Amino acid sequence: MTDMTVDTGPVQGESRSLWATAMLRLRRNKAAMASIFVLIVLALAGIFGPMLAPHSYSKVYPEFVKVKPSLESYPQEEQVIPAAESALRRARVDLGAIDVEDGKVRIEVSSDSRDIDPRISRYLDRSSVFSDAEITIDPADPKKGVIEASVQQLYFLMGTDANGRDLFSRILISLRISLMIGALATAVALTIGVIYGATAGFVGGRVDNVMMRFVDVMYSLPFVFFVILLVVFFGRNLVLMFLAVGAVEWLDMARITRGQTLSLRRREFVQAAEALGVSGRAIVRRHIIPNTAGTVIIYMTLLIPKVILLESFLSFLGLGVQEPLTSLGVLISEGAKNMRNAPFMLFYPAATMTILLFALNFLGDGLRDALDPKDR
Amino acid sequence: MAKQIHSDRVLEIDNIRVTFDTPDGAVEAVRGVSMHVRRGETVAVVGESGSGKSQIMMSAMGLLASNGQATGAVRYRGEDILNLPVKKLNKIRGAKISMIFQEPMTSLDPLYTIQDQLCEPLMVHGGLSRSKARARVLELLKLVQIPDPERRMKSYPYEMSGGQRQRVMIAMALANDPDLLIADEPTTALDVTIQADILHLLAELQARLGMSILFITHDLGIVEAFADRVYVMRKGQLEEEGETQQIFQAPATDYTRMLLDAEPSGQKSAPAADAEVMLSGKDVVVTFGTPGGFLRKDTQFTAVKGIDVALHREQTIGIVGESGSGKSTLGRALLQLLPSEGRVVYLGQEISGLDRAHMRPYRDGLQMVFQDPYGSLSPRMTVSEIITEGLLVHEPGLSQRERAERAAQALEDVGLEPSMRNRFPHEFSGGQRQRIAIARAVVLRPKVIVLDEPTSALDRSVQKQVIELLRRLQKEHALSYLFISHDLAVVRALSDYVMVMRDGKVVEQGLTEQVFDNPSQQYTRDLMRAAFDLREILREKLA
Repeated sequence: MTDMTVDTGPVQGESRSLWATAMLRLRRNKAAMASIFVLIVLALAGIFGPMLAPHSYSKVYPEFVKVKPSLESYPQEEQVIPAAESALRRARVDLGAIDVEDGKVRIEVSSDSRDIDPRISRYLDRSSVFSDAEITIDPADPKKGVIEASVQQLYFLMGTDANGRDLFSRILISLRISLMIGALATAVALTIGVIYGATAGFVGGRVDNVMMRFVDVMYSLPFVFFVILLVVFFGRNLVLMFLAVGAVEWLDMARITRGQTLSLRRREFVQAAEALGVSGRAIVRRHIIPNTAGTVIIYMTLLIPKVILLESFLSFLGLGVQEPLTSLGVLISEGAKNMRNAPFMLFYPAATMTILLFALNFLGDGLRDALDPKDR
Repeated sequence: MAKQIHSDRVLEIDNIRVTFDTPDGAVEAVRGVSMHVRRGETVAVVGESGSGKSQIMMSAMGLLASNGQATGAVRYRGEDILNLPVKKLNKIRGAKISMIFQEPMTSLDPLYTIQDQLCEPLMVHGGLSRSKARARVLELLKLVQIPDPERRMKSYPYEMSGGQRQRVMIAMALANDPDLLIADEPTTALDVTIQADILHLLAELQARLGMSILFITHDLGIVEAFADRVYVMRKGQLEEEGETQQIFQAPATDYTRMLLDAEPSGQKSAPAADAEVMLSGKDVVVTFGTPGGFLRKDTQFTAVKGIDVALHREQTIGIVGESGSGKSTLGRALLQLLPSEGRVVYLGQEISGLDRAHMRPYRDGLQMVFQDPYGSLSPRMTVSEIITEGLLVHEPGLSQRERAERAAQALEDVGLEPSMRNRFPHEFSGGQRQRIAIARAVVLRPKVIVLDEPTSALDRSVQKQVIELLRRLQKEHALSYLFISHDLAVVRALSDYVMVMRDGKVVEQGLTEQVFDNPSQQYTRDLMRAAFDLREILREKLA
């Protein structure tokens, strides 16, 4: 409804670019907005979570292997006494009453044959459960004493893995790695794909033919084989992952951009630019690429989850990131191995992954609606 | 309103309102319009784009966009069909009320043959068997006068011309013997001669089948020739209604008078005979496709077959012809936007065959304005970016401020506020966009502008303003125009020399008055008649 009879009057309302209009439409899409919120939270958790988490993702707690997720602190009360007993076994003293109270443990020790050696408190310190052990030897009877030590209060909200590492911290670091691979590999694919596709589509003719046949050749390489080859030659490392995934995913992007370019090429504004004498490179940069942006962005939001899944797949096969670093795929792979006795090891990483992918896909969907090329 | 039963009224639209929910709040496209159609009557709804005339019909047929809402009443034979559930509505629409649309190119499914497309509704809605449906389709195709209907039934839409597709659409609409045919600008995308044929077909069918026609158009020429009664709409409201004759002879409102007066007028005198030749082409040939060769089919098609043209300073050459006659191709070939053969000379310099880089120094003198004001402006650039793009190429020494000044000046030149330069093209109306496109050309201070149907997508009243603008710019900057159009009225108003093209050849050329008043070729005469004497043609054919 923009046509007016009086043709020279100013346009009503405030000026708004297509992007602003798209954002406006996106903002009305509740699922997409919720997804953006979730993604921001997950990204922040990935970036800052590992710094703030109480445990390092690589710290091993040998006493707490595959412990269940719990809101209470570890060790739990019934575990303290056996832990103390096993810690003091080598001290060769008799243990009396053991009281646990407010994160403190009080152990009465006695010996029949010898005086209590005050150094035995170190046995307790060596255990990761206890710290600040102090021994008080009964002044009246040196064969009796009391050891007081604070009990460590470790929280494993999501339990620990098969090596006794905190699963929550590991999920945080894996989020960081997975998001990083998702973002970087997508950026690689995007840059190469858009430039390659736009060039091929714009130049056309024989150049287009050669460029797209090269893409076809790349397509026909079996991906896993390609990655295994790279890993065999260069060893496992993270940069290689970006390269491998990016090198495969740009092909789709190139084809999509080329298709878009072919249709844009026939639009009159491109012809108008040619009539102005604008050079081919400037036309691609100013007219073609900005107008493919809508499609490209939509595809990008769908590419990120694809890349994350791809990385998980590679990690599942053991071709991905290296220990102690981890990614969601590695965690899920480990969880799958321990599915019977520690189902939580599968559940939490899988839930995180699901939420992440859901949010990305919902956002992609919302963007598709918002950037719908029908409403110019 | 009194609830009278008008038994002769096929369709009654009662105080309809259509509201669209947009990010800027509700927009009322139609504000309380009432109209009716009697049995066997042809009613025209006229108005400029944006007047809401199509939206009324869309809401009546349940085809409103998802953010639109309609209130009021639409009665078909006394039964309210507005906002009926789709299932009930489908019993009426397509069967009793059917619709044909503007774009015959896109309203047929490209994947099905004509026969499949026409048979399906007959088999699904009409419950006919396949063989009976086929027989009926043949009958319908004969009814709409498609030549060789048996063969045409097996063709795909792309094999047919625009006029033939529109005939197929009409056949589809007639399949279930409707009482009312709603035609939404059915001839706007067609050439004048084909437009005359289609209108004639509609008139004949109406006389034979006794249906009513509700005709939506912005072209008053058609209305005068075709309709019994007229509703004039403006900004979502009814401006005026009455018998066609009465409205055309004694319009009651200024707006209707303005619409009637919007026919392009005036003429241009030829430049001095010794005026400098700006751009000339000799024996220009444009061939598309690739020649045949080993294992390859010959796909060559010659669109322009050896044309000579010489454009003098301050001259306007009008190039007219039906679509597919090669007139746009010729314009582009002269500007070296298409590979072509022949000799093209610009200001004494041969420019034919120059590549992109060598052509660049001449580009600022040779500009082009395109047909579609919606497609020729990049949607993601601001107006000032669009206008100054050429300056970046041809005057790279300019500072940003100088460029902004030039852009502001060009905007003023074309009658737009310079303060609008930071807006985006989609915020402007069609006429304003065409002004921006013209500003983009004149900012480079060109000497020759090829105007490729610059007014075809615009309303008549806006067209008139653009014509005035082109005239003024020509005088102020001593421009030479190559004006390509199928609209003869506009060509007559703007150009001093006319070339009539057909199938890539010039069939007639000469001074404007001479060609228009005294055409020597039958083809030219047909074009003139279809454009200026639509009424005569219809009357003659129906008699």
